[in-house]
Amino acid sequence: MKNILEVKNLNMEYRTLEGNVKAIQDVSFHIPLNSSFGLVGESGCGKTSVAMSLLQLQADNAEIISGNIIYDGKDIVSLNEEELRKVRWFGISIVFQGAMNAWNPVIKIGEQIREAIREHYPDNTKKENTETIQDLFKLVGLDSSNIDRYPHELSGGMKQRAVIALALSCKPKLIIADEPTTALDVVIQDQILKEIRKIQNDLGLSLLYISHDIAVIAEMTDYMGVMYAGRIVEKGPTKEIFANPRHSYTKALLESTPSIVGDKVKLNSLDGEPPSLMGEMSTCQFSPRCPSPTKECKNQSLEMGLKEIAKDHYVDNCCIDCG
Amino acid sequence: MKKNVIEIENLKTYFDVSKGLFKAGKHVIKAVDDISFEIAQGKSLGLVGQSGCGKTTTARSITMLEEKTDGNIKFFDESQNSMTSIDDLSEEQIKNFRRNVQMIFQDPYEAMNPRWTIKDTILEPLIIHNIGTDKDQEEAVIEILKTVGLTPPENYLNRYPHELSGGQRQRVAIARALIMKPKFVICDEPTSMLDVSIRISIMDLMVSLAKDLNVSYLYITHDLAVARYMCDRIAVMYNGKIVELADTEELLKNPVHPYTKRLISSIPVPDPTYERKVYEITKHDLEDIENLSNNKDELYDIGNKHYVSTHKIKGLI
Repeated sequence: MKNILEVKNLNMEYRTLEGNVKAIQDVSFHIPLNSSFGLVGESGCGKTSVAMSLLQLQADNAEIISGNIIYDGKDIVSLNEEELRKVRWFGISIVFQGAMNAWNPVIKIGEQIREAIREHYPDNTKKENTETIQDLFKLVGLDSSNIDRYPHELSGGMKQRAVIALALSCKPKLIIADEPTTALDVVIQDQILKEIRKIQNDLGLSLLYISHDIAVIAEMTDYMGVMYAGRIVEKGPTKEIFANPRHSYTKALLESTPSIVGDKVKLNSLDGEPPSLMGEMSTCQFSPRCPSPTKECKNQSLEMGLKEIAKDHYVDNCCIDCG
Repeated sequence: MKKNVIEIENLKTYFDVSKGLFKAGKHVIKAVDDISFEIAQGKSLGLVGQSGCGKTTTARSITMLEEKTDGNIKFFDESQNSMTSIDDLSEEQIKNFRRNVQMIFQDPYEAMNPRWTIKDTILEPLIIHNIGTDKDQEEAVIEILKTVGLTPPENYLNRYPHELSGGQRQRVAIARALIMKPKFVICDEPTSMLDVSIRISIMDLMVSLAKDLNVSYLYITHDLAVARYMCDRIAVMYNGKIVELADTEELLKNPVHPYTKRLISSIPVPDPTYERKVYEITKHDLEDIENLSNNKDELYDIGNKHYVSTHKIKGLI
């Protein structure tokens, strides 16, 4: 199967006064065409940093040290600003975290989408653009009367739908959804998830879904990667990972998620804090929090690195079936 | 039969949102509209519903942060060994009520003064209520920090909120609420800002503290999965009214009201092989519920301490 996106050994650092923060370390994954890939992990594990790197929208003090991001057969790390503009929104677009803050409060919703379309299709007439926006609103389940409304006149769920319409405005092939439902309540979240899935099927899009909620990842994705301290520690088909988790951190995440189906089970908490991402860290970063570290783990003698243990199922070398 | 710690009878909290100089056309928002429930000592009730359904207004009305429009709130008065309405309390008794009813908020960072150390933050309620000598107070702070799992306490006393992680801050908020040895704690989405891994440890802490200290909780959340983990009973709220109230497992296994069914079916399940079917509310289902009883003022008891509201609900379909 053809891959729409391949990320190979990506390393990214933030330069700060105290030193370099290694936010992304040796991250590799690929998204097959028309499928969805989920990234899951705690706050600060580097999920959003990966998303921003893919669009080259990272903060000014961030630097991609090495690695390739291959979109549609082309490496986009080395592209200049002009060439990047063609990839952004045409190729890859993003639904940002927190719809409330993504809009300019003093410009009408429709105008803001029109701006994006005009930027990428300068030859379109105003009428054509209006029709495009109406179609987009229909697609995400919004009434077209909302085009002439200001952001504050819309509810949280409606604003998030409009953000999705904006992300779809230039017919991208890959959409990055960065926690698109975090600020919404469960009923609205359910509607938005359904909408995203429907659009993905109808338009044949590929999806990178970022969330800290493993239940949402279970529903939305075909493949997933579990991130911890800037690394992917386990990746593979979503069903395989849920059925057969092998990394202690993945197990801990699964055991700490409450569910409303099945019997009520005792959940296990994961104590401690994620490590600082500064300095040397080539051995297992999870061992201080690992519920059952092996001897090798404690001695920090194993180098980190993914190893294929079943077809398409990769687990970090230092923590396969700890304990 | 366990005694109740709090009884709410027909609580109403309305907000007047009329516009214009002479308030032509009176417009009232019924944020909490005639709800009743009680919580037994040492038990916890989950209040579940969508944003804007009146969960937080209920909490604020109970703690007298918001003035209720009508209804009765009764609290167990230890000195008299009976339930006393909060309307009849003297000033001294209100102070006592406030000691016994504490709140834990959603965002622990916003709930603390950033320029106060952890010690000052936890000490404040003791100073306000003038409990114990300086030495007693300091010992109480150290003791409570140990109880909520911030050990060794000396490491935390002189730190500021920004030096702590989200989970640690929420533990401080819990410590501050519990240092007054309250009988009843209202928790307003205390774990929704926290990471999943930390969330469970905070929930476990609250469950075990409830057992050890015999505290009752009113636990507000929009996530039924969290409520299931925390609560003995669950009340589902919609548009200011309670639509269903039952023991937790009973409510999840045999939901009766269409809105409850809808809410339950909206929760994502952490299992990729599970086929979740979203329940669509039909007019027929709503009519069935309305026909259960003619008495629209009270919740209808379908047995097994399972109550459901039969009043007409608009805007659900």
